[in-house]
Amino acid sequence: MDLSYSAEDIAFRDEVRSFLADNMPKHISDTVRSGGDLTKAMMEEWHAILNSRGWLATIWPVEFGGPGWSPVQKHIFEEECCRAYAPRILPFGLSMLGPVLQKFGTKEQQDHYLPRILDGTDWWCQGYSEPGAGSDLANLKTRAVRDGDEWVINGQKTWTTLGQHADWIFCLCRTNPEAKAQEGISFILVDMKTPGIELRPIKLIEGGHEVNEVFFTDVRVPYGNLVGQENKGWTIAKYLLTHERTGIAGVGFSMQALEEVKALARKVRRNGKPLIQDPLFAARVAQAEIDLEAMKITNLRMLFKAQQQGAPGPETSILKIKGTVIHQELKDLARRALGPAAAPFPGHVTDGNLMFGPADSAHNAAQYFNYRKTSIYGGSNEIQRNILTKTMLEL
Amino acid sequence: MDFNLTEDRRMLADTLNRFLADQYPVEHRNKVAYDAPFHDPAKWEQLAELGALFALAPEAAGGFGGTGFDISVVFEAMGRTLNPEPVLAALLASRLLSAADEDQEALLSGATKYAVGFTEIDAPYELDQIAAQAAAKGDGYTLSGRKSTVYGGHVADVILVAAQLNGKLALFEVKATDANITGYAMMEGGGAAEVLLDDTPARLLLADATAALQDAIDAGIVALCAEAVGAMDVTHAITVDYLKQRKQFGVPIGKFQVLQHRAVDMLTEIEQARSITIKAAAELGGNEASRYASMAKNMIGRAARLIAEEAIQMHGGIAMTWEYPVSHYAKRLVMIDPQLGDTDYHLSRIMAQLDAA
Repeated sequence: MDLSYSAEDIAFRDEVRSFLADNMPKHISDTVRSGGDLTKAMMEEWHAILNSRGWLATIWPVEFGGPGWSPVQKHIFEEECCRAYAPRILPFGLSMLGPVLQKFGTKEQQDHYLPRILDGTDWWCQGYSEPGAGSDLANLKTRAVRDGDEWVINGQKTWTTLGQHADWIFCLCRTNPEAKAQEGISFILVDMKTPGIELRPIKLIEGGHEVNEVFFTDVRVPYGNLVGQENKGWTIAKYLLTHERTGIAGVGFSMQALEEVKALARKVRRNGKPLIQDPLFAARVAQAEIDLEAMKITNLRMLFKAQQQGAPGPETSILKIKGTVIHQELKDLARRALGPAAAPFPGHVTDGNLMFGPADSAHNAAQYFNYRKTSIYGGSNEIQRNILTKTMLEL
Repeated sequence: MDFNLTEDRRMLADTLNRFLADQYPVEHRNKVAYDAPFHDPAKWEQLAELGALFALAPEAAGGFGGTGFDISVVFEAMGRTLNPEPVLAALLASRLLSAADEDQEALLSGATKYAVGFTEIDAPYELDQIAAQAAAKGDGYTLSGRKSTVYGGHVADVILVAAQLNGKLALFEVKATDANITGYAMMEGGGAAEVLLDDTPARLLLADATAALQDAIDAGIVALCAEAVGAMDVTHAITVDYLKQRKQFGVPIGKFQVLQHRAVDMLTEIEQARSITIKAAAELGGNEASRYASMAKNMIGRAARLIAEEAIQMHGGIAMTWEYPVSHYAKRLVMIDPQLGDTDYHLSRIMAQLDAA
């Protein structure tokens, strides 16, 4: 057993690190570091920088424009991006639709859509969840009816992340209401400019706008926007949800959060001393650090297994459960470290001289609340436990 | 032994619960809690007319209550509807004015709004770390320093400020118009302020104010704990109702045993939190008031976080939205923790007493 990276991996890490040092725009990393809102322009700018280096579609095969990285290299890249306070690569086109088109799409669809994902022509969003179909996704009701060479779509999607910026949405629609729940679903691509689509913002707990409801009223799209076979969309949905799981533990983000907590606890004072010397707070941070060290190795063990087997197994649900809980705990510690200084609603104290607590900490409480989402989305942690119960325990 | 409220307090609770539920429906509450002045001035007057502030002070000070149970009745009602009015500020100030034997009719009637400035950036909870300085000037005094997260300071007419004078922590009265005050909405709504003092004229109320400040904090903790109990009760009720209504996989999600047990764990923690709050209320004003206030605040910190996080998780995405009330209850429950000492601060106070004879 050898826990160290290979010489090639270390050379790769150094290459990524120096690229990020040279190319990461400061106004973007500063925004990430402070927990502020990334604008559409910032996200597009960062995607373009990565694309120019050929490092945007990290999980795509070489023939479609990916860099051909191993799972360990992808992990190193993600870790280095977190270390440099780079924005997350938006998953909708790159991690979700891209791999789906590569496996299920026609040559024509691949040739048309994939380059447009890479060069930023199309911003994609995801049309999966519905008000009555969250954890129970197969219960979705949005209806697509074939009418000649068109689909006519009626229904509602929700939790559509960054749909306000999107040009296109990929949707799971019910195309055969007579069949069993999972067997009458199709995967259809919809231009967001199509008449009959209405997007309504959802304001989140901390006041931010990152998700939306999308309503479809007699929305007509070409029949050819179907991906894969009619009524076989569930296979695609499952593929999409299980395909890319190397980043699911969010180890890089937790490492970032741990460093932030330590930095905060060095600056903040309690009982006349830096908070990091307070035994109760220090114990909390130390426990989180122990959990995270274990998670780093758990993550690498599963990456190693995926590398050997060619695909991640169901045990990656462990990464989702524990990875989100560790990150949430660290965000709680940041809020705790600030104490009353976490109180102001973001944006209300705009005078830099009046910012209290360390100046880059204004979004900490907002982030604590916002990150409650991670144990809910992408298959809630309860659903992950159901998966483990069935697949690992066979109960 | 009798755990029932007296007839008078039950009537007060009923009156307040009815008034707050009628006058602060959730949409109105959210609007006034986040739009300046972060409360509803017209309804503040009505709340005062109902006696909500008079209930906070003893008869000797012109009120009709002032015990831990009077305070907890008022604040539990506030918590049930997430009320953003600056009543905590009034309570803290009322305790201090009583200690200083100052007239407080204007406070209790709601006509004059008070706030108390003791928290500082480097002394978020600890009275013995307060750095603001007082200096004698002419017949009076001036104050210099910065008070942080002064609850209700954004609308206060008068601010009671703790500052160092001759090696002792003293208490002063400052007119809001004499100080540099920046108000803001808090994460969960309601307002607070940063108060900058720079040779600001002040009137001395107490030359040695540590005991009075500790009593005000103890009373404030009883208030916050009762508020949390009220908010937790409502949050739990909404969650259990949702478990009965929300269907996934063809059944109400409340049929899943894993969620049933977690809802029961929430209930257990709420009942424990209610008990320690009752104990802290009973001890308020006595020799062991601070000890039980610390126990209560520690337990509330733990319970409120659990209730907030579990309520969100068991609802799923819907409780992450601004529109759904649970998100606002969760914010208040979590953000009560850093008010008047957090979970760890109060745990350390109990730890320090473990080895005492």
